[in-house]
Amino acid sequence: MDLMLESLPRLLNATILTIELTLLSLFFGIFVGVFFAILRTSNKKILSLFSYYYSYVFRGTPLLVQIFIIYFGLAQIEWIRESFLWIFLKEPYSCAILAFTLNTGAYSSEIFRSAFETINKGVLEAAKGLGLNTIHTFFRIQLPLAIRQSLPAYGNEMILMLKGTSLASTVTLLDLTGVAKHIISTTFRPVEVFIVAGSIYLLMTFIIHNFIKYLEKKYSYK
Amino acid sequence: MGLLAFGDTGWGDELFYATLMTIAVAITALLIGFFLASIFATFKLSKNKLLNLLGGFYTTVFRGVPELLVIYLFFFGGSGAVMFVAKIFGYDGYIEVNAFLTGAISIGIISGAYSTEVFRGAVQSIDKGQFEASKVLGFKKKIYFLKVIIPQMLRLALPNISNVWQITLKDTSLISVTGLVEIMRQSYVAAGSTRDPLFFYSFAGILYLLLTFLSLKIFNRLENHYGKGF
Repeated sequence: MDLMLESLPRLLNATILTIELTLLSLFFGIFVGVFFAILRTSNKKILSLFSYYYSYVFRGTPLLVQIFIIYFGLAQIEWIRESFLWIFLKEPYSCAILAFTLNTGAYSSEIFRSAFETINKGVLEAAKGLGLNTIHTFFRIQLPLAIRQSLPAYGNEMILMLKGTSLASTVTLLDLTGVAKHIISTTFRPVEVFIVAGSIYLLMTFIIHNFIKYLEKKYSYK
Repeated sequence: MGLLAFGDTGWGDELFYATLMTIAVAITALLIGFFLASIFATFKLSKNKLLNLLGGFYTTVFRGVPELLVIYLFFFGGSGAVMFVAKIFGYDGYIEVNAFLTGAISIGIISGAYSTEVFRGAVQSIDKGQFEASKVLGFKKKIYFLKVIIPQMLRLALPNISNVWQITLKDTSLISVTGLVEIMRQSYVAAGSTRDPLFFYSFAGILYLLLTFLSLKIFNRLENHYGKGF
C-alpha cells in the first residue's frame, strides 16, 4: 500500500507525457487519415493504390517495428542526418509522435473512407441539384456526415492509440508505462505498480469512451 | 543480401527460427485466449450478477490497459508468484519462469479479453427459436450446445476471430522486451551486431506483413468453407 501511494505522484507526472503523446498523435493522425481517405477514393489508380498500400503496410506490421524503423533505422541514412529533418529525427519524442501519427493515420483512413462510402448518393445529388460546388459539398455535407458516421470506430481508435503510446517507453521516453516499468524493476513489486498505472490508463479509457458517447448523442440525427 | 545468408555468415537461419517462434507464441496465446474466452463469455452471458461483473472486469481491464504493462506484470511478477508457491512446498531457491510461457500467457490473457467479446457476440446473435426447437426435439442441454450452438457460433465468429488473430500476432512483437528470441528480438540482436537497424527492422516488417497476409488468406478460405449453405 505504501508503495502504491509513494509511486502515485511519479506515475501521475508521467501521465502528462502519455496524454501529450496521445493527443498530438491523434491530432496529426486525423489529417493523415483524411488525406489518405480522400486519396483512396481518387479516380487516379496510382493514387488510390498508394493509399491502399500505405494503410496495408501500417496496419499489417506491429507498431513496435514502425517505431524502431523510424528511431533506429532512419538515423542510418546519411542524407537524413545532414538534412534539417535530423533536428526532429534524432529526438525520441518526435520519432515516437511521427510513428504514432503514421500508424493512427492508417487506421483512421480506413474508418473515414468507409464513413464517406456510406453516405447516401441521393444526398450528393441533392447537393448538386441545389447548386453547391464540390468544395461546399465536401465541407458542408460530406465531412459532417462522415464524422458522425465514424465516431464509434474512431473512439476505439483513440483508445488503441492511448495504449499504443506505451511503446514510447521502448525508445527511452518516460511515459506512464516507462515510469511504471522503472519502478517495478527497482522495487520488484509488479502487482502494486500495475494496479496504480493500470487504473490511470483505465480512467483515461473511461473518459475517452464517455466523451465519444457524448459526441454521438450530440450529433445524432434525431 | 549477404546479411540474410543461412549459416554462420548471415542472419537468415536465425530469423527463420525466430519467425517460427513468433508463430508458436501467437498460436499458443490465441489458444490460451480461447480457453479464457469460453469461461468469461459464459460468465458474461450468465444470469448471475457476480459472474457478469467478473466477466466485465476481465474484458475492461485487459482491453483498456496497454499490452506492454501487462507483459511487465507477468515478466516481473511471474517468477515471484511461482517462487511464492514453491516456498509453500518447501523450496527456497530462485526459479526463473520460461520466457515463452510468460509471453504466451500475458498475450493470451489480452487476446482472451478480445475473444470473450467475440464469443459473447456470436452466441447472442444465434436465434432464440433454435433453443426452443432443440428443447421440443428433446435434445439435452449439452448436446444442444455442442451440436447446435457451437458450430453456428464458430461460423459467425470467424471474421472476428481473424481480427483477434491479427492483433495477437502483432502483439507478440512486444514479448521481445522479455528477451524471448522471436522476430523483433532477433532483429534487435542482428541490428546491434551489424549496425544496420534500417535493414533488419524493415525486414522484420516484411516478415510480419507476410504472416498477416498468409493468415488472411487462410481465414478467407475457412470463411468460404464454413459459409457454405448460408
